Formats: sequence, C-alpha cells, structure tokens
Amino acid sequence: METLLEKIALHQDYIYIVVLMIFLGIEVIGRVPSVLHTPLMSGANAIHGVVIIGAIIVMGKADPSNYLALGLGFLAVILGTLNVVGGFVVTDRMLEMFRHKQK
Amino acid sequence: MLLTVIYLLASVSFILGLKMLSNPASARKGNLIAAAGMGLAILGTIFLYEESDGTKLGNYGWIFGGLIIGTVIGTLAAKKVKMTAMPEMVSLFNGMGGACAALISITEFNHLAETLHQPHDVQLGEIFPASAAYSAWVGKSIVILAGLIIGSVSFSGSVIAWGKLNGKIHDFAFKGQHLINGLLFLVLLGLAGWIAGVYENANTTVFYVLLILSLLYGVFFVLPIGGADMPVVISLLNSFTGVAAACGGFLYNNKAMLTGGILVGAAGTLLTILMCKAMNRSLLNVLIGSFGGHAGGVAAARAQGNYKEISLSDTAILLTYAHKVMIVPGYGLAVAQAQHACHELEKLLTEKGVEVKYAIHPVAGRMPGHMNVLLAEADVDYDQLLEMEAANEQFSNTDVVLVLGANDVVNPAAKTDPASPIYGMPILEVELAKNCIVNKRSMKPGYAGIENELFFQPKTSMLFGDAKKVLEAISTEIKNL
Repeated sequence: METLLEKIALHQDYIYIVVLMIFLGIEVIGRVPSVLHTPLMSGANAIHGVVIIGAIIVMGKADPSNYLALGLGFLAVILGTLNVVGGFVVTDRMLEMFRHKQK
Repeated sequence: MLLTVIYLLASVSFILGLKMLSNPASARKGNLIAAAGMGLAILGTIFLYEESDGTKLGNYGWIFGGLIIGTVIGTLAAKKVKMTAMPEMVSLFNGMGGACAALISITEFNHLAETLHQPHDVQLGEIFPASAAYSAWVGKSIVILAGLIIGSVSFSGSVIAWGKLNGKIHDFAFKGQHLINGLLFLVLLGLAGWIAGVYENANTTVFYVLLILSLLYGVFFVLPIGGADMPVVISLLNSFTGVAAACGGFLYNNKAMLTGGILVGAAGTLLTILMCKAMNRSLLNVLIGSFGGHAGGVAAARAQGNYKEISLSDTAILLTYAHKVMIVPGYGLAVAQAQHACHELEKLLTEKGVEVKYAIHPVAGRMPGHMNVLLAEADVDYDQLLEMEAANEQFSNTDVVLVLGANDVVNPAAKTDPASPIYGMPILEVELAKNCIVNKRSMKPGYAGIENELFFQPKTSMLFGDAKKVLEAISTEIKNL
C-alpha cells in the first residue's frame, strides 16, 4: 500500500495528464453532429499516428549492427508515417467535400 | 528545452484540431492544424531528441527513408481511394498505427531483455536497492506489454474490419466463440502479468507467444461482428490505437505521445458510443450480437411474398407527375457511383416543378455521414438534404419515395418485429408515402442479412438494376416525355 501511494506521488504529473486528457477528449467532441462522425474518426485516427515519434526514437537509437532492431524500427517508421500522412490526407479529402456544399 | 516547447505546441494542436473537427465550419482547418502540429513534433524529434545521457539519434538515412516511403505510399493511397472505400482506408491506416505501436514494444522489449541478461548488469541490483530495480522493471514492462497487446489487437482487428468492408472476408461465428474470446483474453492478461511480475522473466519466447495470441485475439474479436457494424468497430479500434500510442508516451516520457494518445482514446470511445446511439443500440449489443448468424431464420421465413416490378417509363411518368419526391440514398448508390446521375435526375425533376428532397439516414451507407459526403461531391444543395427526423415528418405528404440501394435503414421490421436483429433502430418511414419505388440490383437481402417486408407491400414497386444506369435511363425517359 505504502509503495503504491509512493508511486502515485512520484508519477503524479502523468496521472494528472491522463485524467485531464480523458475528460478533455470527451468534452471536446461531445456535441459533434452525426454527419461529422466519419471525418472525426478519421481525424482522430491521424492524431494517434503520433506513435510515429516512438518509432523514430526506436530507429534513431538502434545499434547499426543490430539488424533486427534496424529492420523493426524501419518498418515501424514506415507504418507510422502511413498512419499519419494517410490519415490526414484522407480526412482532408472527406472534408473538402463538406466545404463544397456550404457555398 | 526547445523540444519540450515543440511537444507542448503539438499537444495543443491536437486538442484544438479535434475540437475544430467536431464543427462542420471549422473541420477542415482543424485537420490542417493537427497535421501541422504533428509535422512539427516529427521534425523536432528527429533533430532535437536527446537521450538522458545526451546522445542524439542516429540512423538518419533509415529514418528519412522510412518517412519518405510512408509519405509517398500514404499520400497515393489516400488520394487514389474511391469515396466509397473511405472507411476501409481509415481502418487500414488505423491498423498501421497499431502495428507501429506493437513494433516499438517488440524492439524495446528485446532491448530490455538484452540489458537484463548481460552479466555486468547484475551489479544493477547492488547499486540500487533490489526493490527499486524491480519496481522499475515492472513499470517499464507493463507499459511495453500493454503497447504490444493493444497495438497487435488493433492491427489484426483493423485488417479484418478492412477485409469485411471490401467484401474479402465474410462474417464468421461459431458456437461458444464469446467464451473462447473471453478465455483468450484471460490468457493474454495472465501471460502479460507473469512476464511483468517476475524480474528474471525477460523471456522473449513467451513474449512472442503473447504477440501471436494478441494478433489472434484481434481476429476473433472482429470476426463475429456483422459487416454493417464495422464503422463502430473501426472507431473502437481507433481508440485502442490511441491508448497504445499513449503507452509509448509513458515509455519515452513523451508528453506529446501521451496527450495525443489519451485524447484519441477518450474521444474515440465517446465517438464509438455516439455512433451506437445513432443506431439506437448499445456498444455491448454491437459487440456481442452477431448479425446474420442466428437472425436469418425468423425474418426470412416470414417476409416471403409477391413483389411487383415497375418499368423505367412508368417510373419516369410517376416521378414527373408527382408534387413531391423524396430520394432515399443508400449503399447501392455509393457502389454504383450514382451520385452525379442522381443529381441530374433531381435537377430535371425540379425543372418540371417537382419538389425533390433527399432523406438521409444517419447510418445510410457504410459509415455515418457517408451519404452527405457523396451527395456533396455531386454538388447537391445542402438545403435539400433532410435528416431522419425531418424526413419522417414529411413522408406522409410525399407522392413518390425513390429508394436507391438502401435496405436496412428503410426496413419496417425495425419498428414492428421484436425478433429482428435491427429491432429498435430508428428508420426512415418510407411506407407512409403514397408510392415507393425501390431500386436494387436484385432481391438479395441487405448488409444485415435480413429480408425487408417493405418490398412486398402493395404500395412498393421494385426497379431492378445498377443505380447509375437506372437513374440515367429514367432521366432519358423524362426528357422524352
């Protein structure tokens, strides 16, 4: 029990971030009209592509003689980039059409 | 120092972007803002990231190579994909993110295992009190394992969802599948707990078993869920990937990853629930109630009967002499790419003095908002699109309803038949109109795999054929009248 409390105290800023982000995430999209569900899903999909940062770090830290790490990291960077770039481009294409109709 | 500020800006851009994405007027700008924040975070990481001991990142060739390959393929795929295949594409991109998170976990676990198994690191326990080293190990391995499991499930699940949406994979459910899924889930937790709980267990074999089982779980998780529910599943897997990305944030003490990941995890979960609400179902009902498997029997046996067909010229006459026509677009319209032909017909009828409106069901097509996007592409006026509630008020004074490849969203069984799997879903009450013309390619049931008694009602006439060809033919007939 004591150690658990210590851990919470030690990592409190992370815990605050997580808790606040959960509420923020819910609050921010709370009143989205159903028409925008798909573009919003797609946009959120692109945002979690932020995992690419982790892939870049893995790749950048990899020992150049460790081919397994190099290969995995390289694949991770490609996949992460696909997620980010593809996600934002697809979302933009969807939203482009929404703009049309408002004229 | 600068990198911290960059990550802060990126986090703010994600929040702002998501906020703006939920409003039609600002959505596109929101997307661009989030993209800009992402670009900044990526560049910042490449050039400014430092380990705690001050070493910078290397392997620039590999990093840029990967970035360029990913950018080229991603842009091409996203630009080339047809509007009808958009949901599949989103699912696939989501899977890539999940796979990326899983790969990060694999590499980091290998790294961790190596450092643990190197003899000189035994001294670690002497420098630090054993308990501190142990608790650091537990913390780190939990985050790595969570990233692995969630990322892999999201990856394999997304691939299955992708295959289901484009028709490559069919619904598949067997007896006791939920039980097996539950057991598999417990095994996953148990294995992960065992790896994390025992200090010496940086056991790569068990780790890879865990990877395979996680992938398998993703497959089993999505397989029994009906194809019509895929948008909900994709949205759910989307929030999974968000959490997997957040695990990476813990691993690298990276606040941009953490905020972005948790934000998407929370927003994605809420979005999933909102989507279910649009269909008047609960998330549990979507995940457990496998469409098609058990549903066919009752409804199919009942809804047999006679239907009548209508000719193209009769349709043209009926439409031209109507006062008010309501068009109900569905997936058939999307598949046939008939939105332009539809707009042509609508213009023609409007010239003849007919009032034409579109009745849009929130989940018509394969994803919420699908129809709005397609019709907007064809320049259909925004004011002519009626949402479900508004449309339902107007059907009783509508002369002709033209259903274009929609099925489940106009199935009266949702209101009348408690045994129907779509019972309780709000529908477009097209049967209230004076006439109803249903264009379909054949009498085959819709995506939910259930018969539609609407087709057998006396006021309904069937007009078989590809939506685009039929609409063009009707337009020609009207011009010749």
